[in-house]
Amino acid sequence: MTNKTVLTAEDIRRTLGRMAHEIIEHNRDLSNIVMVGMRTRGVPIAHRLAENIKKYEGTTIPVGVLDFSLYRDDLAHRNLQPVVESTSIPVSIDEKIVILVDDVLYTGRSARAAMDALIDMGRPSSIKLAVMIDRGHRELPIRADYVGKNIPSSRNEDVRVKLSETDDTDEVSIFNLGETQEE
Amino acid sequence: MAKEQTELLEDEPQNLNWTRKHLLDIDSFTVAEYDLVLKTASAMKEILSRPIKKVPALRGKTIATLFYEPSTRTRGSFELAAKNLSADVINLASASSSIVKGESLIDTLHTLQAMGVNGIVIRHSMAGAPYLAAKHAQASIINAGDGWHAHPTQALLDMYTVFEQKKHLKDLKVVILGDSRHSRVARSNIWGFSGVGAKVTLCAPLTLLPPGMNYRYHPYQGVEIETDIQKALEGADVVMVLRLQKERQNAGLMPDVREYIRYYQLNRQRFALAKPDAMLMHPGPVNENIEIEPELIRCPASVIDQQVTNGIAVRMALLYLVIGGKKDEI
Amino acid sequence: MKSRLIIKDGLIIDPARSLEVKGDLVVEDGKIIQSGPGAASSFNQNAEVIEAKGMIIAPGFIDFHCHLREPGFEDKETIKTGSLAAAAGGFTTICCMPNTQPSADSTSTLSYIRETAARDSRVRVLPIACVTVDRAGKTLAPMIELAEAGAVGFSDDGSPIADSWIMLRALEYSKPLGLPIINHCEDPALVANGQMNEGKISTLLGIPSSPAISEEVMIARDVRLAEYTGAWVHIAHISTAGGVEIVREAKRRGVRVTAEATPHHLSLTEEAVMNYDTNARVNPPLRTQEDIEALIEGLKDSTIDIIATDHAPHTSSDKNQEFSLAPAGISGFETALGVVMKLVHDGRLTMAEVVSKMTIAPAAILVGAGLKLGSLDNGSIADITIIDPGQRWVVDSNAFLSKGKNTPYNRMELKGKVAFTIVSGQIIFNGTKNSQTL
Repeated sequence: MTNKTVLTAEDIRRTLGRMAHEIIEHNRDLSNIVMVGMRTRGVPIAHRLAENIKKYEGTTIPVGVLDFSLYRDDLAHRNLQPVVESTSIPVSIDEKIVILVDDVLYTGRSARAAMDALIDMGRPSSIKLAVMIDRGHRELPIRADYVGKNIPSSRNEDVRVKLSETDDTDEVSIFNLGETQEE
Repeated sequence: MAKEQTELLEDEPQNLNWTRKHLLDIDSFTVAEYDLVLKTASAMKEILSRPIKKVPALRGKTIATLFYEPSTRTRGSFELAAKNLSADVINLASASSSIVKGESLIDTLHTLQAMGVNGIVIRHSMAGAPYLAAKHAQASIINAGDGWHAHPTQALLDMYTVFEQKKHLKDLKVVILGDSRHSRVARSNIWGFSGVGAKVTLCAPLTLLPPGMNYRYHPYQGVEIETDIQKALEGADVVMVLRLQKERQNAGLMPDVREYIRYYQLNRQRFALAKPDAMLMHPGPVNENIEIEPELIRCPASVIDQQVTNGIAVRMALLYLVIGGKKDEI
Repeated sequence: MKSRLIIKDGLIIDPARSLEVKGDLVVEDGKIIQSGPGAASSFNQNAEVIEAKGMIIAPGFIDFHCHLREPGFEDKETIKTGSLAAAAGGFTTICCMPNTQPSADSTSTLSYIRETAARDSRVRVLPIACVTVDRAGKTLAPMIELAEAGAVGFSDDGSPIADSWIMLRALEYSKPLGLPIINHCEDPALVANGQMNEGKISTLLGIPSSPAISEEVMIARDVRLAEYTGAWVHIAHISTAGGVEIVREAKRRGVRVTAEATPHHLSLTEEAVMNYDTNARVNPPLRTQEDIEALIEGLKDSTIDIIATDHAPHTSSDKNQEFSLAPAGISGFETALGVVMKLVHDGRLTMAEVVSKMTIAPAAILVGAGLKLGSLDNGSIADITIIDPGQRWVVDSNAFLSKGKNTPYNRMELKGKVAFTIVSGQIIFNGTKNSQTL
């Protein structure tokens, strides 16, 4: 397997900085926003974006954690089930703008599951999607509102995100898996 | 062809290490299994706090409850748990089905199998019935209580209730007060709490303890016996009160209720001997003024109501673990 | 059919004469006419010959306690199928218990059993009659008449004789007959709803249980009553160490008490019930290793006189139920020898002791048989069992000749099998072929 680093720690820092500014620019009323990080690596990214927004605008945006495993569309088809972690959103999401945050947007199925979970939990006035990496190959009609970086990839490649909160460093790399991957 | 996966693939969640097809007892549960149940129950409890208490995890699965003994609370709890996971539920209660007509357990299982159920929750008055069911059904069997033997989901919800408040279970002093001879709740709790390192004490007259435990043999490692209620309750972290069934009163196992109340009822003075932050539990239904003073039932230390709520969360967790996913035939 | 049978080159074990010697056995017209080294040499013409090299030639086994279920429970077993199974187990004489339907408390039922046996069974069937009418424990059965009609003993087995007054009267009444009152010793009040031995395992499994003292208490009572009346009590299927001690002490005092132990009580403990296996549910229940040790000691010092199978067949649907609903009983004819021989292979008992407990010792108790059984002496009836002591085999209940497939030994490997069973000089079972009984 070969791999190639596409984003260094410095690239990540700049990208998340730019995304935060984009969010600020597009949302006149920041006080109505709730960031919800999709487990697992969406969570530290949501926190970093919120920190950046606070740094630039002084506004504190609440950050929640969402485990959407129970809404996955492949539960009945998997041999092993996912471990269910906790979900915790500190404020009500009714009438709020919820920004779902994830590290990589790929097929779009995780975002679909996360939206279903959110809608069962309340009625946001709108849901937006922020992802650090969009690697294409959507299987559902889902698009991100805020994208850190577009990284076109092929199906026999794997985009790996490492963040210091969960791994040992900040880095995004592409692994070539060596053969064609049929879904 | 094999892919090396040293890290989790994007979109791939961490997978469960759960291999039990049935939940018949907790005798052989490992600490890791207890941890997993408690963690999953936490996640499920959060779902119960949402306006829509439903997730699609068991959509398309059918669960049957097969109760040969009447029960409102346990059956209702399982039914709600299954429905919250979007499963379909059918209830077979002994009073209203062919069970009364004399259809054998095995025949009933074959009928349910032919109807395509994925899971059967069974409560039976005879110990061992769920094991017989597991031999004959392809569906997953969950034991909701068999005779005097076991009531695993009750023990797990009791453990979760304590864990929720105390944040740990090891080394807690857990006192089980009352008739444990005939109590499957007590027996499963003995397994559960001692299995995670808590210290269990049984307090009752010798005639109401599991046979022989007091003088000849000790089937449960490390469980203490104390017939004096004052000594038993000293320093307890958890006091679990068992129901005194009316039948015991007439079966020659004890003189009369008056004597039981005098020496074994949990009242405020006795409860004060436990630790100040002790938890008071009861599997229900409660016999007020018999095994427990009514003022204690809703006192601040009482978690009797939380036990009921947690029951649904824990049963949701167990249904998800046992029945969820694509279960290939073993 | 030749009238002469020669069994060559086996190890003759005849406890009646304390004999254990390599040799031949010669049978003519249903009687043994010669035995010993080289006995066959003067008899070579016109004889059917069995080559018994490496095998043991013993008297035919006698089972003092079994259930043939006919009349009334023919779905579990009939006298025909039971006798086929007995023959496969090496038994040439069996005594059937009276818990049939109707119970054997009248001469008409006794005649039915004897006539059916005469027609359907190639094994000798000797009936045991009831102590009380319909085994209800209230009124004495007509024991004198029943003895005259062929009963070899009296019992309410299945049930104990719980009422001490009735037991006393039964012992008194039967005394002149010289026949034993055989009691299933379990005090029903102490047994209560017990379905297995009271102990660690019953607590873990949550199954209602009965303690060893429920047997000990009744044995203690019965030996005192026997002592008081001078009558004869036989303790059926003794299972407890305490019980053995009580019988030992009573014999020392000269009480007329005899006792039997079953192969399953000599080999299995309550652990066989783990996983709620109904095939291990039996009355009295399987107990502990300490009890097994005491039973083996009891056999060695003859506190326990005989081995008896308590063969108790049930249908598969009977046993394929919740533990509490499944009837008690083990289908034991066909595994008896193999199970008991494990004690020989383990050095706990000698082959001679085992043969004695299954032949001459029960013969001594069968005073009512009117026949001299259990011996290979010249002039004895030629009831012979030939054993292959080294043959390994795996128990397969589906292959049982008994209708009862209920055995806790299924799929176990045993060492020691019946090669031939001979009654009155006729081979009624040949275990060396694939298709068995002739």
